[in-house]
Amino acid sequence: MKKGQTKTPLTLEQIAQDRPAGQAEKWDLRLYVAGQTPRSVAAFANLKRLCEEHLAGRYNIEVIDLIKHPQLAAGDQILAIPTLVRKLPQPIRKIVGDLRDTERALVGLQLRPGKN
Amino acid sequence: MSITQVEAANSANRSLPKAPTGIPGLDEITKGGLPRGRSTLVCGSAGCGKTLLAMEFLVRGATEYGEPGVFMAFEETAEELTQNVRSLGFDLTKLIKQKKLALDFVRVERSEIEETGEYDLEGLFIRLNAAIESIGAKRVVLDTIEALFSGLQNEGILRAELRRLFRWLKDKGVTAVITGERGEGTLTRRGLEEYVSDCVILLDHRVTDQVSTRRMRIVKYRGTTHGSNEYPFLIDQDGFSVLPITSLGLQHRVNDERVSSGIPRLDDMMGGEGFYRGSTVLISGTAGTGKTSMAAHFVQAACERGERCLYFAFEESPGQLTRNMRSIGLDLGKCIKKGLLNIHSSRATFYGLEMHLGLIHKMVQQFNPQIVVADPIGALITAGARHDANLMIVRLIDFLKSRGITAMLINLTSGGDSLESTEIEISSIVDTWLLLRDVELGGERNRALYVLKSRGMKHSNQLREFVLTDDGVELLDVYVGPEGVLTGSSRRSLEARERASALSSRQESERKQRERQRKREALEAKIMALRKEFEIEDTETALLATEERARREKLEDDRQAMAASRGADKDDGKARSRRKLNSK
Repeated sequence: MKKGQTKTPLTLEQIAQDRPAGQAEKWDLRLYVAGQTPRSVAAFANLKRLCEEHLAGRYNIEVIDLIKHPQLAAGDQILAIPTLVRKLPQPIRKIVGDLRDTERALVGLQLRPGKN
Repeated sequence: MSITQVEAANSANRSLPKAPTGIPGLDEITKGGLPRGRSTLVCGSAGCGKTLLAMEFLVRGATEYGEPGVFMAFEETAEELTQNVRSLGFDLTKLIKQKKLALDFVRVERSEIEETGEYDLEGLFIRLNAAIESIGAKRVVLDTIEALFSGLQNEGILRAELRRLFRWLKDKGVTAVITGERGEGTLTRRGLEEYVSDCVILLDHRVTDQVSTRRMRIVKYRGTTHGSNEYPFLIDQDGFSVLPITSLGLQHRVNDERVSSGIPRLDDMMGGEGFYRGSTVLISGTAGTGKTSMAAHFVQAACERGERCLYFAFEESPGQLTRNMRSIGLDLGKCIKKGLLNIHSSRATFYGLEMHLGLIHKMVQQFNPQIVVADPIGALITAGARHDANLMIVRLIDFLKSRGITAMLINLTSGGDSLESTEIEISSIVDTWLLLRDVELGGERNRALYVLKSRGMKHSNQLREFVLTDDGVELLDVYVGPEGVLTGSSRRSLEARERASALSSRQESERKQRERQRKREALEAKIMALRKEFEIEDTETALLATEERARREKLEDDRQAMAASRGADKDDGKARSRRKLNSK
């Protein structure tokens, strides 16, 4: 476990459930892509790197190709591609884009305090 | 573009394929519907009926034209939408089950979304595509796609993607309706008109004098002609309907057939046959001059002929009207029971003007009457501005004429106005105008009627007194004499006086005749007496003459005898002839 991990701010749920931060909660992530476009590839690479850095060992990435499963787009209200959906921990968060901007991605995943 | 391409485009424009909306009126002003295979932008402010128009386009497409449709909602969930349009008689659940409709709710929540780096809207395309493919949709609605702008921050990407989306829709060959909220000074807040430029329909919802009116206008429609006016439209329990009445021309078929007014004497005043079928009759007059009674006569006569009548009463309820008409011997209730008469009562102020017009339209289309009465037409002014009411009634008249319906419009002239004017200035477009007025004379008010104009027929120029009796309306000649035009009691008293004087003069003449007869008889008697007298005298004279002769002869005889006895000479002959002369 890295040092930066202890600085993770508590989400409301974590506080409510009195769950100590940084504990081994499961991160369930879903990345929606549409075919093997350079952008999807970049997004997946960026995500992988980010997770390895911040959530090593307790994350699970599911990549959904909407070209193969278009019906899955409605479930998570996917419009933009690529979209990363944080299914767990609650609440659901969505990050659109190729995750090039790591800082914003971390804010989006609530791994770093931000405007949200 | 090469010359052949231009030519191809031109010929394509001439017969631009269109997708009928099935919305009454809209297809008429768009001359066939929305551009097939292209996108149409429907814009307007909140609550003006954009979603409904779009939804009806889909539902009617699916049910009436066999074109399944996809509704992609960005603002309302599928459940909300289903519920909202159920009140208009659209059963979305059933249509979805029948695979005629697909609903997809796209939720864009800015607070949930963080943007990092580049993205595109392929997800939206995929969803739309999946929905289109799932039912083989020919029609697509995006309501309201501008919601994307509030959900996603990168406007550059959004605009590029929207442009791609509309291009893609065109390539797909679907007829799309895109709705957009009206912006300040622009058609849409985000300038969607920049991308959707084939057809733009603007909806408007105005409130004037606390009465709301909905209007629509086709701002542009590439490659085709279209009605360019503002058309009022309605949203009621049957959905959307546009009133394209200004598009009506003056090409209606005319009819030589005549219809009786129900009052024989009035028919006589109009060439003996009554009104032309399909003409517009205006009855105007001040309060209480019997306008409604006149209309009721017309209606009853029509029902007796087996024709269907639609009566729009803006001031009386059906019950009140039938009761009142019973008092003059007209049984409208029977007509209603037979299903030939439909009295529709509604306060003029209850709806806006367009709503009234729409209602009239709809009821006329449903009931299919031969005769329509609007009583009083002026009440509609209260439902809208004077100018609007005028326009509306012109439209109404045109509409009724185009269907060959004889219309009877009743107009109340208020006290201050000139009698020969209508509040709504429709006098010039009606065909027959009957004016009812009251004549105040000798301490009473009486009703009088005349035919102010009646196009295309000989009509009487006489004023007629108009009397409401237990057996209906009766028209009487008015008295026109040295004392002026007399009606009512004055007429009756004058007539009585005249009758009396006629009687006395007749008696006088009879008396004189008798006198003469008597005189003649007396004279003749006198003549007879004189003649008798004369005859007697005559006889007497004759008798005397005979006696005299006899006497003279006797005397002569005596003398001769005496002479003979004396033996007298011949001289005596002379003496005798002298005596003869003396005796004569």
